[in-house]
Amino acid sequence: MEATQSVNSFQDTYYPHKQNQLRSKVSLMDERFEYLEHTADAKFRAYGKTLEEAFENAAFAMFNVMIDTDSVENKVSQEIELSSEDIEALLFNWLSELLFVFEVETMVFGNFIVDRVEEDNNGCRIYAKAIGEEIDLSRHKFDTEVKAATYNDMKVEKTPQGWMIQATVDT
Amino acid sequence: MSDENETSVFDVLKRISDNEWEVPVGFKPGMNVPGRIFVSESLLRMLEMETLGQVANVATLPGIQKYSMAMPDAHLGYGFSIGGVAAFDKETGIISPGGVGFDINCGVRLIRSNLSEQDVRSKLSELLDDLFKAIPTGVGSKSRLRVTDAELEDIFVHGVQWAVENGYGVEADIAHCESKGQMPGADPSKVSAKARKRGRPQIGTLGSGNHFLEVQYIDKIYDEEAAAAMGLKEGQVTFMVHCGSRGAGHQICTDHLQILTSASKKYNISLPDRQLACAPAQSQEAQDYFKAMVCAANYAWVNRHVIMHWAREVFESHFADDFGDLGLDLVYDVAHNIAKLEEHEINGKNTEVYVHRKGATRAFPPGHPDLPDDYLDLGQPVLIPGSMGTPSYVLCSTKDSMEISFGSACHGAGRVMSRKHAKRELRGEDIRDELSSRGIQVRATQPSLIAEEAPAVYKSSSEVVDVVHDLGIARKVARLLPMGVIKG
Repeated sequence: MEATQSVNSFQDTYYPHKQNQLRSKVSLMDERFEYLEHTADAKFRAYGKTLEEAFENAAFAMFNVMIDTDSVENKVSQEIELSSEDIEALLFNWLSELLFVFEVETMVFGNFIVDRVEEDNNGCRIYAKAIGEEIDLSRHKFDTEVKAATYNDMKVEKTPQGWMIQATVDT
Repeated sequence: MSDENETSVFDVLKRISDNEWEVPVGFKPGMNVPGRIFVSESLLRMLEMETLGQVANVATLPGIQKYSMAMPDAHLGYGFSIGGVAAFDKETGIISPGGVGFDINCGVRLIRSNLSEQDVRSKLSELLDDLFKAIPTGVGSKSRLRVTDAELEDIFVHGVQWAVENGYGVEADIAHCESKGQMPGADPSKVSAKARKRGRPQIGTLGSGNHFLEVQYIDKIYDEEAAAAMGLKEGQVTFMVHCGSRGAGHQICTDHLQILTSASKKYNISLPDRQLACAPAQSQEAQDYFKAMVCAANYAWVNRHVIMHWAREVFESHFADDFGDLGLDLVYDVAHNIAKLEEHEINGKNTEVYVHRKGATRAFPPGHPDLPDDYLDLGQPVLIPGSMGTPSYVLCSTKDSMEISFGSACHGAGRVMSRKHAKRELRGEDIRDELSSRGIQVRATQPSLIAEEAPAVYKSSSEVVDVVHDLGIARKVARLLPMGVIKG
């Protein structure tokens, strides 16, 4: 699989409300995510120095399939806490939950703060916030709609630089 | 596609006939049966190597019968390939949401009319504007029809019957829906609160992606007798609706995929791809999914029914004064993402199997008891939508379809270019202008959505249909050319 497009170099401006936190974990990597080629759906890799950051960037990558997240203002924060039997299920659950809230609350998100991802014998848990605003079709230009997260070719891997998440979402 | 890719696909496959290729057992470890891909040599050149891998992965699942199949419009999906068909023994096999997909009972319906192309051409622009207003499309669109929780349950269980009883469509429509638009075995208690919440506001909405409502005219009849039986003739205007079960279906798949992921471990089923999560067909987990899937399937039939009803109203508001009865009869409605319990002859024995069709259409032969009376001698109509600028086809199933493909045909043209790639290469405004110069008008919420569904991103629908015709699964009846399309 060949990486074909790299977008959204890491910039603090993406997280105006989160500057202090971010400065303490400035990423050595020069990209937060990249899209891979997939005929029918959208496939991406998201990176992070920590697992939490990789989960944040996976959500960020998914929402950028649908919308330029620069157009999303940080007005409302939605708490999300989930548990799953393993880390892949947690990732599936995390992306699925964000899509659920997006649809039923008509909220669009441009920022994600994952406070912690826990892994132990009882499974995995995520404690996070999604930040965004009510959908306003006059300002929010939606592109390809993501219908669902999938397990297809999913990877959550430790790398020398931190973590890499690979996921495919149904469009 | 690169030359390297082509070579490797041809290296793997064994040619059975001009339009049949085998993925041999052993291509991937654990295959129980071979793969069988129905494509011409030229379509094969466009097939991704990973698609073969997905066909092979399905062949490893327990209880699979005969072959793991892929239709001529096959391309890379998740879990099953798109265009994937597989039948699993009712007792020894499995049920997998990955063989159905997230958009449960995504499907297509075709509505005829008494109008001619000339009747509609002069009013086309206003007609499309009004259709675009009447039928909610795109991200965040909500229906003007709001149902209560009780009504939603009724829809899950009774499907199109509910719609007709509530003033959407007429009694005659019911027989022309696959499974009468009311698949038995629904159990709403297997549908989560989340799926209900997503389902309530979306009945009568198109959604986004490749979903559409298209106004078309018939430019060619291949089989006069079959066409007449369906009420079709040259020069006639038709419209086609392509959409599915929206958020309700997506959530039902998501919910049960999580349950079946655990169940696969519990039942020691080794999975080559977690998206193929499944459980033994008779287990509680598999049956719970199936009962919820039926709810989504019935919901999708109602969704297409309500859209049809509103589109009929728009047509009537434009043409009824001048033309009287417009004869807007439902020709047929087919599902192309669904699993069903069916009886098939396998090794000379009638066997009950769960047939999974993911991006594939049911194609039952003449005389099959599931066909409506007026199509019993004809064979089931098969509807194959083209892409935005290319022809759609009406076929009717032939007697060999059961033997060849478990009574299944292709479902569309099949993508060859990803959405990302399409948006890099193509500008929506240019596509819109190009289509407009050919007399095809497009209404969409965003120009980029036109780019990602442009004709160039799909295989030729004609070539795909020819394979199905030549194989003897279904024969061509009529070709429909687009006049105008509304998209999400």
